[in-house]
Amino acid sequence: MAITENQDSGRTQTFVVYVEDKPGVLNRVASLFRRRSFNIESLTVGRTDQPGVSRMTIVMEGDQDTALLFEANLYKLVNVLRVENVSHLPTVVRDLALIKVRSNDQVRSQILQICDVFRARVVDVTLGALIVEITGSESKIEGLLDVLRPFGIIEMVRTGRVAMTRGSEAPSVDPHFVHALVPRERASVY
Amino acid sequence: MKRTGAELIWECLVRQGVEVVFGYPGGAILPAYDAILEYPIRHVLVRHEQGAAHMADGYARASGKVGVAMATSGPGATNLVTGIATAMMDSSPIVCITGQVPSSLIGRDAFQETDVTGITLPITKHNYLVTRVEDIAPVLKEAFYIARSGRPGPVLVDITKDAQQASHEWEWSDEPVRLPGYRPDLKTLPEEYEHALELIQGARRPLILAGQGVIKSGASQALQEFVDKTQIPVSPTLLGLGGFPASHPLNLGMMGMHGEAWVNQAIQSADLLIACGMRFDDRVTGNLNTYARGARKIHIEIDPSEINKNVKVDVGIVGDLRQTLERLLPQVEAGDRAAWIAHIEGLKGESAVRDIQSLPDSGRLFAAHVINDLWHLTEGDALVVTDVGQHQMWEAQYYKHEHPRKLITSGGLGTMGFALPAAMGAKLACPDEEVWVIAGDGGFQMTAAELCTCAQEKLKLNIAIINNGYLGMVRQWQQFFYDGRYAATPLLNPDFVKLAEAHGLCGLRVESRGEVARAVEKARQDTGTVVIDFRVEQEDSVYPMVPAGADLDAMIRRPSPLVETAESEI
Repeated sequence: MAITENQDSGRTQTFVVYVEDKPGVLNRVASLFRRRSFNIESLTVGRTDQPGVSRMTIVMEGDQDTALLFEANLYKLVNVLRVENVSHLPTVVRDLALIKVRSNDQVRSQILQICDVFRARVVDVTLGALIVEITGSESKIEGLLDVLRPFGIIEMVRTGRVAMTRGSEAPSVDPHFVHALVPRERASVY
Repeated sequence: MKRTGAELIWECLVRQGVEVVFGYPGGAILPAYDAILEYPIRHVLVRHEQGAAHMADGYARASGKVGVAMATSGPGATNLVTGIATAMMDSSPIVCITGQVPSSLIGRDAFQETDVTGITLPITKHNYLVTRVEDIAPVLKEAFYIARSGRPGPVLVDITKDAQQASHEWEWSDEPVRLPGYRPDLKTLPEEYEHALELIQGARRPLILAGQGVIKSGASQALQEFVDKTQIPVSPTLLGLGGFPASHPLNLGMMGMHGEAWVNQAIQSADLLIACGMRFDDRVTGNLNTYARGARKIHIEIDPSEINKNVKVDVGIVGDLRQTLERLLPQVEAGDRAAWIAHIEGLKGESAVRDIQSLPDSGRLFAAHVINDLWHLTEGDALVVTDVGQHQMWEAQYYKHEHPRKLITSGGLGTMGFALPAAMGAKLACPDEEVWVIAGDGGFQMTAAELCTCAQEKLKLNIAIINNGYLGMVRQWQQFFYDGRYAATPLLNPDFVKLAEAHGLCGLRVESRGEVARAVEKARQDTGTVVIDFRVEQEDSVYPMVPAGADLDAMIRRPSPLVETAESEI
């Protein structure tokens, strides 16, 4: 399996956002999408190894201009510590899904085989159903879903995308400069 | 020393240099009100909390300091909302302190409970819910810092009643606030300045668009030096009026929907726009697809999220405007723009002939006459606070402001009812200024209850009601765009003279141009607030006008008997 995937084909943008772990911060970030009409595709949030700091992975629809605007708007939120647009960086991107599939004695082994091919794991078995856990890119999960659908999917849950850039550089905490806000390509048109 | 939360609020305000608080008491903020008597802070009791927020806003805009409003929970807090949104849109630094039900009752739909931090989340720069007494002092310190730094804006601090009542061992700390995620002093990479200088050097038809940032950052002097050296003409936005002297030969006049015709035409034919502390509001750009298509654009802005928001620019410089101009000034080359300036002069064409001041005197009283006369009589030096609507645009066109912070108006939100309370705040901030409220008959009535606050606080205001018996701007739109169907715009007004008298104030009525000067002089000499009811032409319209969303140079012009052009007639 490839380690590096660039899932943003230009249609979507992926951000890693560090925020202070305080009440209402998620609300502030989510509210930004609504009031500035940014289209959110997925948002995940969890703790980091640093106390008081949470980390979000945000996937939004939009081009690079929209991404710069979104970044600037995120920085306006007092509780946002750092924003990193990883769309064009070598990045490991993962999504996790739990899928409950209808199964019985006739089809169980067939489903197990499919899971094996997709490197998914069966984490619970009952007489009438299996719970399958799969981690991977979104397209891989879509692929598994496609082949499981004929058996009957009872329910499914996905975490949304989480992302981490490759390499040994830790994200710096405080950018002193805003990057030039006008993409060079446009400036050179003139 | 041991202090209750209520005392801590005032300790902090005193240390922030707060001299006056505008507010209205109520259950959840009562502990704070009980403690105010021990502190050297003047409290202005408003008649509606919206007034408190506008007063704090007016105070902030006139002085450059942070204005403070206070209200109780629930309806008290929600009544602040319009004023907070007004301050947000116009980047005005205010701190609103609201009481909240005791923390044990939060989420139980307690009496006068409302989620005011949730409600004001999108209309504040930042807000806080404080439930512990030990958080009050640090949060208030952060609140003032956030409100006034960077791009200023409103901050709301919601403090539960139990936090106000609890006690806490406390020492004032002079340490700067630590907000790791807050960056009010962002700077641009040096190469952006180089790029900007190149564009300025190469420009043959450049224009400076001067917004409110000129005033907020104290850049008036820097801008004048920049203009004198480069000879680039300037056009202010509505909120930028006064940031650059109206009498300066390179000040072309206001841009936008009701801006000068030649300015809008010049913008459309410019080859470089240097936007200084403005945000390309739709009221100044018109149709974005056709806006200044031939121009490259430099945007100097303290708020990076404004760059490329409405208009795509070639160079974005993030930073304080004054510092940026001072940095560019020694490097920018002196210019000769005579041909370009002559071209703009040529664009003025018959504009002067169309101007209402040039029309033959019909004996009727036009609002523009009133404002023009007021400008003359006050020698252009009054602090004018306008409401929203036709009179606001006429003021912008006919009252020529020479100095910053001499015009206070609700630009972004367009809040009717803003003028009277904002003027009271401005008067308290600048007691030596001659303050004039110019309001329409509609907007004035939205917050007219504050007249009584004015009387109680013995504030000296001069109030000019431009009374045309209509919600004039809406009526104008109905005339132009809705076939003259005047739905819900005619007004039956109270007798404003008697209304003033009912408050123990002087009221005057003016019905002809000949009476204007006498009334204005009488108001100026009276030691108390004077209300003048100017009965002006009922169905006059503001010209020129760019219809909403139309191309910036597609303007409706004032019909003139002296100019025969079919397109100008509506």
